[in-house]
Amino acid sequence: MSTYHSKRAKEFLKNPEEKISRHDQTFWSVRQKRDAAAAQLPEWENLREQASRIKAHTVTHLADYLEQFTTNLEKNGVIVHFAKDAQEFNEIAYGILETHKVRKLVKSKSMLTEECGLNPYLMERGIDVVESDLGERILQLMHLKPAHIVMPAIHLTRDEVGEMFEEKGISKEIGNHDPTYLTYCARQNLRKDFMDADAGMTGCNFGVAATGDCVVCTNEGNADMSTSVPKLHIVAMGLEKVIPDYASLAVFHRLLSRSGTGQPATSFTSHFRRARPGAEMHVILVDNGRSDITANTAHWETLKCIRCGACMNTCPVYRRSGGYSYSYFIPGPIGVNLSMLKDPKKHSGNVSACSLCLSCDCVCPAKVTPGSQIYRWRQSLETYGTENKEKKVMAEGMKAVYENYPVYDALLRNSSVANYIPEAWADTSLNPWSIGHTMPRFARKPFHALFKQAMEELKNGK
Amino acid sequence: MRVGLFIPCYVDALYPQVGVATYRLLRKLKLNVVYPERQTCCGQPMANGGFERMSEHLAERFEDKFRDFDYVVTPSVSCAAFVRVNYPQILDHACQTPEKTMELVEFLHDILKVRELPGSFPHVVSVHNSCHGVRELGLSSPSELQIKPFNKIVDLLRLKDGITVKEPDRKDECCGFGGMFAVEEPYVSSRMGNDKVKAHMATGAEIVTGSDCSCLMHMQGVAARQKYPVKFMHVAEILAAGL
Repeated sequence: MSTYHSKRAKEFLKNPEEKISRHDQTFWSVRQKRDAAAAQLPEWENLREQASRIKAHTVTHLADYLEQFTTNLEKNGVIVHFAKDAQEFNEIAYGILETHKVRKLVKSKSMLTEECGLNPYLMERGIDVVESDLGERILQLMHLKPAHIVMPAIHLTRDEVGEMFEEKGISKEIGNHDPTYLTYCARQNLRKDFMDADAGMTGCNFGVAATGDCVVCTNEGNADMSTSVPKLHIVAMGLEKVIPDYASLAVFHRLLSRSGTGQPATSFTSHFRRARPGAEMHVILVDNGRSDITANTAHWETLKCIRCGACMNTCPVYRRSGGYSYSYFIPGPIGVNLSMLKDPKKHSGNVSACSLCLSCDCVCPAKVTPGSQIYRWRQSLETYGTENKEKKVMAEGMKAVYENYPVYDALLRNSSVANYIPEAWADTSLNPWSIGHTMPRFARKPFHALFKQAMEELKNGK
Repeated sequence: MRVGLFIPCYVDALYPQVGVATYRLLRKLKLNVVYPERQTCCGQPMANGGFERMSEHLAERFEDKFRDFDYVVTPSVSCAAFVRVNYPQILDHACQTPEKTMELVEFLHDILKVRELPGSFPHVVSVHNSCHGVRELGLSSPSELQIKPFNKIVDLLRLKDGITVKEPDRKDECCGFGGMFAVEEPYVSSRMGNDKVKAHMATGAEIVTGSDCSCLMHMQGVAARQKYPVKFMHVAEILAAGL
């Protein structure tokens, strides 16, 4: 019965009770902040609808907007590259860095580079890659992967971070695990990387077609730091990040950080439009499967996603199983969907990670409906041969009983004998229900038998 | 008004008293209630598990059995939601039951517009807002949406004399049942169930009530395993009390 996710979740749930509760509460509190921020805008639901429509429009006119975006970038002297897949992206990025004899690259946060495996690719080729987002930096130093797309290291405790900083010589005051102090230490430590890096790389939250702006939202200002000193700036951007104009940017900007962290805006919103005098700016537009998704009638809406992470924070399964229980680098409801689009056979084991509560559908600022789409993915597992075989046997058994009334009737009339099975016997590994539940008690007489009896008694004038 | 009563398979087998309460309630409201014989399941369990194709025949049978009623009423949120939301895709022809099928609470609240009910229920209850009731049928305002709050279950329960109605913290977070989810992800499911039951108990309620027996069954199983002193009743049982 066990899927990839359920096995990993089982391991996660072996953590001490308070650690699981803290994980759950941490992300729930972000959901609460999101609720409070959303509640301050009377036009919230209207904004979501607009965001959804703008994205639907852009995705269905993607080529036009990409052309406009590219033209405007080039007008401003930016060099634009197209990468059809991860391999090509890595090669282009490395090519640019090699031409400029870059030895050290500072990066602000980019999930796209995670998707393409850029860091190991560059490091194997002798380039020192330094993550500058605090969470990403912590993970890089600990050799861990992000567990969330917006708050990648929030699953770690301050003690875990503090001890690692001490080990690496980043913090000097042994035992001081105060977050403000640790952040100060990280900042001091990163400063020299910003100063002597030869190039900076940023992601891109929104590419404005009408102006050629690459808009990057951060809370730490590290995108600006990464691009202020080095003379070379590379923007890594997924195709679907392009939006029409400033008016649409205003809609997304109001939704993004309110949905993601509950802030009215990120501390920094940087518009990169052209290189500084004497510097160079490159934009690499990455497809890596995105244009195929535009043609996927059941799942094209995943392209509307603005990567706010709200679906993870609200997901009761994510909060109780953690980001590492999914087989894809993006976890949670949107990750289940994106992993299936990437490689359905490899990632079918994530599809069980959903109780179909649909909270994500309602929280999503762009109405991606990740939960409803997981229902559709489940229907397709048989075509990939990755359906859960035991579950299929159960479903076939139910179907057989429900479709054959005499069998159904006989079973229900006699099912109360099951109540006499001792609990201990029911507690077997073959009975996953017994892991957390006692067995339900069957009625001595099912409703349909009671009803029939009552009607007969009425007829007979009793 | 001719009403077809649909008593889903698991209510039939495990909670016949909920079927009886629903029937009594509808009769008390002077409706012509018919319980068609030989009904079983709407097909939801297989479909939610990923085998929608196994639900087609059951959906056809449901449509046949219930299409001629003015309304089909069922004391089960997720079954009503399945018929309403999923049948139009499953059946490859025009069908009538999706728009006629109503969960008991919405039928009483929206169609019959029940504004008073006799009988008292002098207990403290905590309302369980089942996900598909909240987010597919609109029994209450989803906490994610920025709309005027409402809750049809609470509205109806308050009609009973002497009742104290509470809602838990995280009022519409999933209890973790999710049909086959509970057996495929038993660890996450029971953890969610445990958290949810504790949230209900923290309201000080003696009874957890809701309009979906499957959520209640799951939480009851978790609570019994943990030996929690809390009871579970379907909304229909409370609304029918003292009639």
